[in-house]
Amino acid sequence: MAKLTYRAAVAAALAQEMERDERVVLIGEDIGSGGVFKTTKGLRDTFGADRVWDTPISEEAIIGAAMGAAMAGLRPVAEIMFSDFYATCWDMVANEVAKARYMTGGQLSVPLVVRGANGGGLGFGSQHSQSVENWAMAVPGLKVASPSCASDMAGLLAAAVRDDDPVLVFEHKALMGTSQDCPDGEHLVPLGHAAVVVREGTDVTLVALSVTVGRCRDAAEQLADRGISAEVIDLRTLVPLDAQCVLASVRRTGRVVIAEENPGQLGWGAGIAAILAEEAFGDLAAPVLRVSGGRVPLPVAKELEDEVSTSAARIVTAATSVLDHQH
Amino acid sequence: MSTLDQQTTLGLRLHEQMCFIREFADKVDALYRQGKVRGPAHLGQGQEAVAVGVASVLADDDYSIATYRGHAHALARGAPAGAVLKELLGRQGGICAGKGGSMHITSVEHGFFGSYAIVGAHLPIACGLGWASLIQGSERVVACFFGDGAVNIGAFHEALNLAAVWKLPVVFVCENNGYMEYTPIAQVIPVPRPAADRASAYGLEPIVVDGNDVDAVREVVGAAVNRARDGKGPALVEAVTYRLGGHSAADPGAYRSTEEVDSWKERDPLTQHRAVLSKAGVPDDELAEVDARVRTQLQEVAADALAAPLHEPASAWTDMWSDGSAEWRN
Repeated sequence: MAKLTYRAAVAAALAQEMERDERVVLIGEDIGSGGVFKTTKGLRDTFGADRVWDTPISEEAIIGAAMGAAMAGLRPVAEIMFSDFYATCWDMVANEVAKARYMTGGQLSVPLVVRGANGGGLGFGSQHSQSVENWAMAVPGLKVASPSCASDMAGLLAAAVRDDDPVLVFEHKALMGTSQDCPDGEHLVPLGHAAVVVREGTDVTLVALSVTVGRCRDAAEQLADRGISAEVIDLRTLVPLDAQCVLASVRRTGRVVIAEENPGQLGWGAGIAAILAEEAFGDLAAPVLRVSGGRVPLPVAKELEDEVSTSAARIVTAATSVLDHQH
Repeated sequence: MSTLDQQTTLGLRLHEQMCFIREFADKVDALYRQGKVRGPAHLGQGQEAVAVGVASVLADDDYSIATYRGHAHALARGAPAGAVLKELLGRQGGICAGKGGSMHITSVEHGFFGSYAIVGAHLPIACGLGWASLIQGSERVVACFFGDGAVNIGAFHEALNLAAVWKLPVVFVCENNGYMEYTPIAQVIPVPRPAADRASAYGLEPIVVDGNDVDAVREVVGAAVNRARDGKGPALVEAVTYRLGGHSAADPGAYRSTEEVDSWKERDPLTQHRAVLSKAGVPDDELAEVDARVRTQLQEVAADALAAPLHEPASAWTDMWSDGSAEWRN
């Protein structure tokens, strides 16, 4: 086992896949020198400029070039520096990459990965802090992974590179410096398998993704101090979604809080809540509660950003509320 | 026929291809008016010389990629007319299995990597095909068709810049038919040549060609394709042509004067090429034979397509993911 930071796990996974498959090529802004978040550090030195391509600031060209190359048999991994920038190339992602296979009756295949820094908490402001997995989740044809820890970062990214469908991988800025023991040798975490990261009792299920996994862990500890045992599920991927993992847990606990970083209106948690309403209504002892980001552009000052963020304290409050609920 | 020289034989082949593509478009127009085509159909009567001329200078495994006005480009690469027509009519055997329709005709088998319906979006994708050739050490060149309306969208500029900086083997061919949909292109661009006048911004030569002259298209684009294949980078060719019909089959094109349309009818690429062949000594009855053959072929193609069964609803759930399923959750 080697201890890796979340950011180093990105480079490790890419190196593992580039070593294995010469069709894997990287494309993005500043990636040759390691990138703004140092997630591609060392890869150009190891694999050469023929495998690691620096681009102009042209997000549509980055995604389009990756898509064309994927159609021609390569396995490109494109970087979008901040996931907010998906807005500048959403046509390529949502209208072209996502639809090519289907609308050509299966003639085209687009095995590409787009990865980049996502999420808030560091005072980057409203155009560099958004958590946008839910944008991608809303488009048929995209797979969506959002790892919560270094080991999953490495394993999910490697699995995404091997996947024959387009996968968007969201790397959380606030997790970049976190570290963890990662398995030696080839490491893969299959897409579509949620992890139950805290399995204690039967009182309440906390459903999380990416940065909210750690906050739910913190919440679970605080709840334990009050004699409440919470189970924490890390969805890992939104598409494919391991809905059965959530359903099984909720059928046991009867109570659930969904913790998502994106703004609440039509965040991914709304999709999970709808599944629970449709398929587990009879098992619920309390309404499904969601703790989401505020419906404002993310402010910069710490007190303001904290105010509208999905904190452990708000998760604890929501969990207490569902436990207090009386029919 | 046996007495014709090689050049005339090639000329006759181009003639037959252009006639076939014209007849196909006319047939689609008629079927559209009968309510048999589902969704829009963007036809290209008058622009055949660009599609046929460019396709004739490509190698079999070269790529081409086009817009929603893409039927001609698919057929010029050899996509089967029957499968294309079935796609338009929503019949089994459609080339995109009923999921693409008129605007997304694709025939990967023939090097035709798709028709794209968001203006300009396929130019970056064309860069990607060319980028793959570079990485794979392949000689495959990309021909990327787009309209004059595409030159004002960001993707055009991002793609041209990347192609030029990376010296990608992509020949960008602007089919300048004078109109972005219903609006004269001159109204929305401050330079006289929508594509060629932008070339210098990317260090490229401004190249303009008569898009209604199939031989001129062959010569100019052929040279650009050779340069691209030799590793000398992209080219931007503006082919000046005219759309004899409206923007789509639903548009009568009433915003254009009769005089304007008539003047372009006199420069119809099929008529012009026919005159070249006559001058080269091809007898009229041989040309008439081509016309008759093409008409018969397309009558048969249409009858066959109209007789094909409608799609099974359950097939809406295939071709989604690479494993064949359409599931997004368990």
